[in-house]
Amino acid sequence: MTTMTELPRTEDTFIELENVTLTYGRGDKQVTALGLTNLRVNQGDFVALVGPSGCGKSTILKLVTGLIKASEGYVYVAGREVGATPIRVGMAFQNPTMLPWLTVRDNVMMPLKIVPPFRQEYGAKKKTEFRDRADSLLKEVGLANFGDKHPWQLSGGMLQRASLCRALIHEPQLLLLDEPFGALDQFTREELWAVMQELWMKLKPTVLLVTHDLKEAGYLATRICVMRTRPGQIVDDAAVPFPRPRTIDMSYTQTFVSMTQRLRELIVSQRPVKETV
Amino acid sequence: MSPQARRKVWSAVLIVGFFVLWEALCWLFNVSDIIVPKPSQIIVTLWQRGPALWPHTLQTLYTTLVGFGFGIFIGIALGVLIGSSRLAYDVAYPLLVGFASIPKVAVVPIFVLWFGSGTVPAVLTAMIMCIFPIVVNVATGLATTEPELEDVMRALRATKLDILWNVGLPRTMPFFFASLKVAVTLAFVGTVISETVASNRGIGNVMMIASSNFDVPLVFAGLIILAILGVALYAVFSLIESRITGWAHRKDEFAMG
Repeated sequence: MTTMTELPRTEDTFIELENVTLTYGRGDKQVTALGLTNLRVNQGDFVALVGPSGCGKSTILKLVTGLIKASEGYVYVAGREVGATPIRVGMAFQNPTMLPWLTVRDNVMMPLKIVPPFRQEYGAKKKTEFRDRADSLLKEVGLANFGDKHPWQLSGGMLQRASLCRALIHEPQLLLLDEPFGALDQFTREELWAVMQELWMKLKPTVLLVTHDLKEAGYLATRICVMRTRPGQIVDDAAVPFPRPRTIDMSYTQTFVSMTQRLRELIVSQRPVKETV
Repeated sequence: MSPQARRKVWSAVLIVGFFVLWEALCWLFNVSDIIVPKPSQIIVTLWQRGPALWPHTLQTLYTTLVGFGFGIFIGIALGVLIGSSRLAYDVAYPLLVGFASIPKVAVVPIFVLWFGSGTVPAVLTAMIMCIFPIVVNVATGLATTEPELEDVMRALRATKLDILWNVGLPRTMPFFFASLKVAVTLAFVGTVISETVASNRGIGNVMMIASSNFDVPLVFAGLIILAILGVALYAVFSLIESRITGWAHRKDEFAMG
């Protein structure tokens, strides 16, 4: 069963992929990473992209930031072609990518140094207002008093919390998360889901989350898009009906489990069948 | 005594021991001054000829530092260029390696031809000696910047200059300082080569004249002065390095500071 109910274009539409394809290489070696994909994401939505590896989930994130260009089709962000309207984007990856020569606080403040309109005021406010802002964010993710530490003095889970702060400090309209909790243990991961949900409910950015974890997708997202591979394409797009704030207990209820089961079957069924010799 | 203090005392004892052994062997085998002078004799020479040697020492130090300064400047510029552009890498690298393989003593006459003998060719020789390690290290540091880091910055719409300034260059600092320690000793080599060939001042020139007079203790005194200058500058840059790039060695003092 597939439930492809494409969202209509409204004034709330924030991201729109229209017949986007993306191919790498040329000639015989050409690889289609993304084949004829359509996706609309509303302002303030939390959309999870799930699917087998190599299905182009991360490719969609890069297209939306304009880091790569679509081979065909159009990517619109905030009503215009990507790159035309400068919007504030926050990003977090599986690898926290902290700069080792800066303190955790300075790492978190890095986007303020780069992104207008903050960058013009960075020199004047880095010791007062911006510093306070970084500290209050760090406190919210449970890293109060860790601002002066250097990244190597923190554990993986703490670094990932700091990485979330860095992705959010410049109040991004769009937050792109590429398996940010993928390398963490189960308990840390569940803790960070709660942190993430809280931050999202408070700041309401539009979020695209790439993940392999269906429970994570169910816990965090308002919509889950299932992708298939070769070529990458969205094959299922379903709303997640649970009320917020969601809890871990909720993920053990019958409706939640049957939802993740359905998603799991969808993904497994696309796995290429092993050829028997 | 703490293990650290003990280690320091031992290394000092062994270094002094090296000179004592040298002295003892000279006595034992009755080595002529013309072949290898004794350390005690070198010290006496340094003491007696000190006032005459001092201006030459300053000259060599000055020449080396000026050449080294230019070398750092050009080295960073070339390193940034090569490390951030594929084309520059492909063009400049073979040229640079080729140039680095030329014995510098062969280049000095050309500099003398262009600028006359004296300080200028010595500065230039010191400079070209120390450029290569700086360029290679800066370029390597920049070229090995993690792509995710750049993605984070590019998603923030950082300009190339922003990325270079905030990510590329700080990341390159440990490579850069490692190269400075090598480069500063090479700069001395360059200065002395040029002074030996074409100058009437500097330690290189003093040693040249002393060896033609068979004043071997003075030649060795010159060597010792060069060695001391080299070690001193190496130590200075080591200190600066550990202050600035403590993060790369994960030093606790750095974390506290």
